[in-house]
Amino acid sequence: MWATLGDNAGSVLTNQTNWNGTLSSVDKSTYVLHEITMPSGAKVREFVSPAGAVFGVAWEGQFPPNFQQLLGPYYQQAQEAIAQQKTAEQAAQQPRRRRGPVLIETPGMVFSQGGHMRSFHGQAYIPQLVPQGVQASDIH
Amino acid sequence: MVRRFVLLLVLGSIIGLAACGGGGGSSSVTSVSVTCSPSTVSSGGTSQCTAIVGGTGNFNTAVTWSTGAGTISSSGLLTAPTVSASTSVTVTATSVQNTSVSGTASVTVNPASAGANVAPISVDAGPAGLGYTSTNAAFVTVKVCVPGSGGQCQTVDHVMVDTGSSGLRLLSSAAGGEFSLSLPGENDPNNNDAFGECLVFLDGYVWGTVNTATVTVSGETASSVPVQVILPSTSSPGVPTSCSNQNPSGGAGNEGNSLGDFGANGIIGVGLFPQDCGQYCVSQGSTCNGSNNAPCVYYDCPSSGCTPANIAIAQQIPNPVTAFATDNNGVLILLPSVADGGSSPVGGPYLTGSLIFGIGTESNNGLGSAQVYGLNGEGELTTTFNGSSIPGFLDSGSNGFFFNDSSIATCPSPNQDWYCPSTSPDNLSAQNQGTNMNAGVTVNFSIENADNLLNSSNTAFSTLGGPYISTPAEFDWGLSFFYGRSIFTAIDGAITPGGNGPYFAY
Repeated sequence: MWATLGDNAGSVLTNQTNWNGTLSSVDKSTYVLHEITMPSGAKVREFVSPAGAVFGVAWEGQFPPNFQQLLGPYYQQAQEAIAQQKTAEQAAQQPRRRRGPVLIETPGMVFSQGGHMRSFHGQAYIPQLVPQGVQASDIH
Repeated sequence: MVRRFVLLLVLGSIIGLAACGGGGGSSSVTSVSVTCSPSTVSSGGTSQCTAIVGGTGNFNTAVTWSTGAGTISSSGLLTAPTVSASTSVTVTATSVQNTSVSGTASVTVNPASAGANVAPISVDAGPAGLGYTSTNAAFVTVKVCVPGSGGQCQTVDHVMVDTGSSGLRLLSSAAGGEFSLSLPGENDPNNNDAFGECLVFLDGYVWGTVNTATVTVSGETASSVPVQVILPSTSSPGVPTSCSNQNPSGGAGNEGNSLGDFGANGIIGVGLFPQDCGQYCVSQGSTCNGSNNAPCVYYDCPSSGCTPANIAIAQQIPNPVTAFATDNNGVLILLPSVADGGSSPVGGPYLTGSLIFGIGTESNNGLGSAQVYGLNGEGELTTTFNGSSIPGFLDSGSNGFFFNDSSIATCPSPNQDWYCPSTSPDNLSAQNQGTNMNAGVTVNFSIENADNLLNSSNTAFSTLGGPYISTPAEFDWGLSFFYGRSIFTAIDGAITPGGNGPYFAY
């Protein structure tokens, strides 16, 4: 089992084991930052609140991470949000597409990803779980 | 008073010279004559113009330069526009002392010679059957053949030119694309299984088989190179979950499901990297197992299903330019200027440009006065915008300027992913600096109301932009940036007159 966004702090160690990664943790006072470095050099950062919840994740590497693992139940939510957006665009006859960095907002999660071939990075967080004093821009 | 005429050669706009004879009294400028050499250039070429200023007394020999098309420097160096038919460009030098005195010269600009290394680019409404109007996509035509003499061939139009990726990928007819040729598969020499590939872009992914083809663009040919044939989710082999999981949209993120999803009949990645994956796929490609968060790119696909695999560099899908016999160190993209509001109404003449292969290898692809921007290991230069220095990259496959400026309003739904500045055009400025430079060079650009742009029937927009929300911030210089410029992309490790790649130059 792995996990992830919205899960508890214990999931960080599970991820480290599953991902054969090395872990470094820093107490930032308003949250704890756990950084897992994969054998490929890719990094995943998990942001844990004083209440013990993973309120944000961030990633960087040559390729995107496995979002099913990283976003957990929110992965499904993101897919539904995108499907709804596509339907809305078609209904509005606004088919002109944007090809560029991605932003997805669902009621429960904010997801963004940028970069280009061989360099991807992004973050996802749960606004309701972000502790006081932490900015969304801290999650990277 | 004795009037003495003095002729002075002026190369720069400001050359302080005392007139011969001196003697005080009034001075006047009486004539400006202009010559440009050479008087005939190719699209994007340069011509040095000089002004001879005549006058009396202690007159000012300075002139200001202007041109009817293309750009001209303060020292009179004309950079010709990109034209699709032979065009006369008028260059004007105007006396600084007396702006009513000026001289002109004409420079004839020819289309980039239909040389072996020039592929015409069209920024048009997109492939037949697309179902909507394409936005800022640069298309070329590619000929794909079964390798070997006498092999069958198919010409595929509307293949998108992408400096942000590497490799040729063709949308199969099964997916709604044009490509229907049966190409030999590329097999893993370790087990003879056919290779498959999952290639993730920023906003989606494609899945398909790895095949071998002989690829011809303009007069350049890459013989027997790996390419990807993109398959829809309904085809066999099916999309592995470990592939779709690398996209936030999951299964819906498969851009290979239809022509509308992909937006082109193919994509030709002519970017900085010689292959699409590189060393990771040589040694760690097979480590992806669905639970360890290792990226999955290439797969072995026996009939029992696809599993992640390692693949040697030589078998990976290459930037096809690297496989050309000549002109293989990079590309030059030439696109004409686009006025505010966009250009190329549907049904009208479409905006045309050139994809020119090679850098400094032929008479039509010299760096000229272009500045070389050295890049970091991730293919990025440094862009300074609104006081922040952030990574920047030039990506013809992105269809606008993507950057973060919270002071610019985004459009109402459904264009919320684009900027709609309250004052349109919103004139902005940034600086780009390469790793080889001590200071940045200013780039001026404008953002217009995207609702107005996208509600028109135009297809090419130099002022289209949207937010880049992700942290850390980056600046994505998409196709909007390419108009009116000559932009070089030098491949990592390639030898060029501007030094070894990777770099961008413009």
